[in-house]
Amino acid sequence: MVGEAVVLSAILFAIGTVGALVRRNVIVVLMSIELMLNAVNLALVAFSRQWADPAGQVLVLMVIVVAAAEVAVGLGIVISLFRNRETLNLEEASLLKW
Amino acid sequence: MNEWIFYAFSAVAVAGALGMVSNVRNTVAAALSLVASMVSLGGIYVLLEAYLIGVLQILVYAGAIMVVFLFVVMLLNQRKDGFSAGRQWVMKTFGAVLGVAGAVGLVGLLPARFPEAAALPEGFGGYRALGVMLFTDYVLAFEVSSLLLLSAMVGAVILARRSAD
Amino acid sequence: MLEIVLKMLFIVLVILGGMLPLITWVERKQSAVMQDRIGANRADLMGVTVLGLLHPVADVLKLFSKEDVVPTGANRTLHLLAPVVAIVPAIVTLAVIPFGGSYTFGGATLNLVVADVDWGIVFVFAVGGIATYGAVMAGWASNNNWSLLGSMRAAAQMVSYEVTMGFSIVGLFMIYETLQLPAMAAWQDDSFRLLGFIEYLLDIPLPAFLGWIRLPLWGVFLQPLGFVLFLVCIMAENKRPPFDAPEGESELVAGYHLEYSGMRFGLFYTAEFLEVPVIGCILTTLFFGGWSIPFLPQETIVGFIGAGFGEGFATGVCLVLHVLSFLMKVALMIWLQMALRWTLPRFRYDQVMDLCWKIILPLSIANVFVTGAIILWIETVMA
Repeated sequence: MVGEAVVLSAILFAIGTVGALVRRNVIVVLMSIELMLNAVNLALVAFSRQWADPAGQVLVLMVIVVAAAEVAVGLGIVISLFRNRETLNLEEASLLKW
Repeated sequence: MNEWIFYAFSAVAVAGALGMVSNVRNTVAAALSLVASMVSLGGIYVLLEAYLIGVLQILVYAGAIMVVFLFVVMLLNQRKDGFSAGRQWVMKTFGAVLGVAGAVGLVGLLPARFPEAAALPEGFGGYRALGVMLFTDYVLAFEVSSLLLLSAMVGAVILARRSAD
Repeated sequence: MLEIVLKMLFIVLVILGGMLPLITWVERKQSAVMQDRIGANRADLMGVTVLGLLHPVADVLKLFSKEDVVPTGANRTLHLLAPVVAIVPAIVTLAVIPFGGSYTFGGATLNLVVADVDWGIVFVFAVGGIATYGAVMAGWASNNNWSLLGSMRAAAQMVSYEVTMGFSIVGLFMIYETLQLPAMAAWQDDSFRLLGFIEYLLDIPLPAFLGWIRLPLWGVFLQPLGFVLFLVCIMAENKRPPFDAPEGESELVAGYHLEYSGMRFGLFYTAEFLEVPVIGCILTTLFFGGWSIPFLPQETIVGFIGAGFGEGFATGVCLVLHVLSFLMKVALMIWLQMALRWTLPRFRYDQVMDLCWKIILPLSIANVFVTGAIILWIETVMA
């Protein structure tokens, strides 16, 4: 089951990457990043099962903490972006782009 | 038996992820399909004998993080993703090609067979095993993560504050 | 396998089949008593009214026969799915609730809990987190501004109170040293001397007659503040008055389930009512000793009856007594929730949030620190 779990993790990571690259809605991009983090968590849990080592699961806890922090700040940015620009489209928020 | 449950959960996880990425009309539906994906990942964690992580996955990701996402989507109430029909077609094709190529490439890097999984010690995946490890070997990481959460909380409050002064 | 199915049947029949219809009756009658009215007593079957006990039947008949409306512009799938998502978590929570202890008949052991998992209480929280989606999906799918406002309130309220709910019982975990609900209930099957702490404080032996003043070793006596905070949080999670800002009819018409009718409204209604006994079960297990009988630990009962009638019979009697004791405590908790619900007026929405973040959260963190200090002190004094 470990091998299948790692394959599933790779598929989910690819889907998440596509979402983050292709979609233009800030919220969907953030959700895609969450999906990528989840795929990494799945791989960590699978390897932790493989070697019977709980350290992988501790690392998953840390990833969950980082994801929670990222969502809090990210959504705060989204809200202030929407207040200032009335848009959720990433391409309209490219003031700093050269 | 366990294999079939695993495949069912995997199917839901992949379908949910695809639903989230491909739904351009309705952000709430996209978020809800990601929730389905995350809940089934929680089930897979339990099948991989990471019991506490499985429950925490549902508690934190599905129960808190995604609710906050939905809350923000509903607060902003912006239903459409802004790009034109022609652009959408290009993006869809590009996305599909990139996704398939990425998945195939990543899976190709994996070994064909994993060695037999190691025998599990008593209480593996329970809160005791994790807690002991978290508060001994990884106590520094634990403390740093609490600082990270504090700074994120302050940052979010400052960012979302209404008055601009 | 058969054992698990039988246990599931028992708890589902007792809670869903027995308590749920009774609660609608209790709600009507208790509110009537509290407000000096007679209460519902008109539903009759050929002239027999049985104190209004037929009203639950009439309710179900009415809800089933009503038209089921899906509003124009609603998201059909989500609109259909939302009531199911609202009700399933309440039922699933029952899986980890111990409705009796652990009994040995000959060589076989019977654990009266459907799933004896070592993360039991975390499971309760996780499932409670899923319950939020019922309200969120309902409000969004209805395509109605009042519903949307209601579900936004519900989302904010439930996420906030889930955090504080977790914090409020950390002290309890520190005392029980387990997250397993059956182990927590078994831990409380004992009693302690109320004034025993004087021995440690003043370093003198306690007079014997004072040693007779005993209390059951229940969470509510060890963590009184934790109990109050947890009760407030879990009642807020349920979204019943006084925490019904998400469906406050004077501001939001009916909140997130405004666009529901017929049996699908009935499912939301059932979910709220079903959570009352489920909350009763959780409170009983965490704070009121679960299935235990005050001052009569399991060994005492088995030893006393077993002396005359044999151990197998004594264990059987003990099992029945424990299940009855559990159900009585749950009934008491339901009474408490009903009394609170009919006493307090609705909080304003900002008051709900203030209560959560500015009062309950600091108090529960303080509770954790004080509990930790006391445990540390006891351990050093004892050593």
